[in-house]
Amino acid sequence: MSLLEATGIRKAFGGVVALDGCSITVEKGSLTGLIGPNGSGKTTLFNVMTGYETVDMGEVRFGGRRITNVAPDRVFQLGMGRTFQLTRIFPRLTVLENMHVAAQRQGPAGLLGRWSSSKEHARALELLEFVGLTRLKDVPARNLSYGQKKLLEFAYVLVAEPQVILLDEPAGGVNPTMIRYLTERIRALNEQGVTFLMVEHNMEFVMGLCDRVVVMNHGVTIADGEPEAVRSDPRVLEAYLGA
Amino acid sequence: MKALRTASALALLALAVSFPLVFPNPAVDQVAVLTLMFAAAVTAWNAFSGYSGYISIGHAAYFGIGSYAVAILCRDWHVPGGWLPFLLLPLAGLIAVAFAVPMGWVALRTRRHTFVIVTIAMFFIMQLMAYNLRSVTNGSRGMSLPIPVRWGGAFYDVPFYYVALGLLLLALFVSWWIRNSKYGLGLLAIRDDEDRARGLGVRTGPFKLTAFVVAAFFFGMVGGLHAYFVESIFPAFAFDPLIDLMVALMAFLGGLGTLAGPVLGAVILVPAQQYFTIEFGKPGFYLMIYGAMFLAIILLLPQGIIPALQARVRRSEALAGPLRGEGGGPEPTLAGSSVEAGQGESGGDGV
Repeated sequence: MSLLEATGIRKAFGGVVALDGCSITVEKGSLTGLIGPNGSGKTTLFNVMTGYETVDMGEVRFGGRRITNVAPDRVFQLGMGRTFQLTRIFPRLTVLENMHVAAQRQGPAGLLGRWSSSKEHARALELLEFVGLTRLKDVPARNLSYGQKKLLEFAYVLVAEPQVILLDEPAGGVNPTMIRYLTERIRALNEQGVTFLMVEHNMEFVMGLCDRVVVMNHGVTIADGEPEAVRSDPRVLEAYLGA
Repeated sequence: MKALRTASALALLALAVSFPLVFPNPAVDQVAVLTLMFAAAVTAWNAFSGYSGYISIGHAAYFGIGSYAVAILCRDWHVPGGWLPFLLLPLAGLIAVAFAVPMGWVALRTRRHTFVIVTIAMFFIMQLMAYNLRSVTNGSRGMSLPIPVRWGGAFYDVPFYYVALGLLLLALFVSWWIRNSKYGLGLLAIRDDEDRARGLGVRTGPFKLTAFVVAAFFFGMVGGLHAYFVESIFPAFAFDPLIDLMVALMAFLGGLGTLAGPVLGAVILVPAQQYFTIEFGKPGFYLMIYGAMFLAIILLLPQGIIPALQARVRRSEALAGPLRGEGGGPEPTLAGSSVEAGQGESGGDGV
């Protein structure tokens, strides 16, 4: 059984059909890439799987559990984190406060306790060290550079120790040094057992990092396999070149 | 720094507690009572609107509900004037809560400007009900509250003063607690990016509603206290849209989202209102001055007094830093750019 499965997802916005019976599976422990031309439905698929959009038809399963149309906060609590294409951090909170937002606590007692004490703190600092932002922990997050914001968003998703992380264009608008750094971090986490599904247009990044690539076009998956096989698949070339 | 802050807080508390003894003048004490009532209401309002970013211009509805709750309970239970009506205040707060839960649940389905409009609309619906539910509220003829006949002269304001001070301290404690709790961090995250917060496991719906209702609880208690203080209530004054505007203006002036800012706003604006009313002899004149002030605040001090002062302190510390040989040049960071820690003017910092 796959860790994450979407089956026959249909999602239309008015007359525009964004997902038209789309299916995808993500294996536990894998690094799966999701590519496709602009407008092929990749981000909508992310939104559907993480509860940001409701589906018209189809089913999403996570760890064997049905999570179709479950609210985003619940999806995250179940162990699926995501980042956004346009990086979203909390601009007026400090870097450290940003890290603590994602730390999960249940019940009134947990919520009424101070956010800044407890073992979550050690975890937050450890992760800031992991992405190299320790020095900036007390700076309001809006003062970070774009690349630093991407790292922060990546780091705070990790606070809750999700089983699977959906990355929406992690390498978009980021310099090459930073992309190498990010690749390393993702590999290191994957070795610890974290599963990744990522949308990315940077082919070098996807082909170098992922062990499996899924291709979407017009709201359906059209190819699925190892990076090299997908690269030479005629259907993929057709989708990208419009031949 | 921390010791200084604690010391100044204790000094202010001592001043507040001894105020009626130092100034036994009833005219002065009356202004002080009103100031404390508003300070308590703004502090609670700020714990919702300031932290979550949902600006409510309708919480005066719960002030009115609290006013009528105390008036009706005193009438129906034949409560005599004296200390007893004060005991009804928590009950008035709970009655306001009973209204706030469904009203907040509906209003919080909307965001930003729509939310503001919905809260205003709900406020006016409550005001209309006070006019028209004559069997309960006595309509536009209003209601009288019991008069504490044994509190004469200069002593009259004193019990009200200390009850209002108690409400303010309670509101400050609640606001401080929320600001430092995991729950409050969730509210601040909602203010910055609600959808992102949801995607990190923050249960935004219950979070927002709880803060909305806590603010309504305090408005209900303050409304009940105010009704007892002024002895008679009418729909137009118990449900007064100016209360909402005053509350918002005070919070914006002092510093939205800070702990001390709303109190500072109340301490400046309530006496100012009383002064203008006496000085110019026309009850509505202060409104024109308030309008001008509101424009000035938005133009010159958009973050309010407290955050502007904090930023100034931080800037002077940042300038003094290199002279003392601390914090050398910015190190190169991974993404190839550096950040000036000193330039941050976080609006969410508490005092």
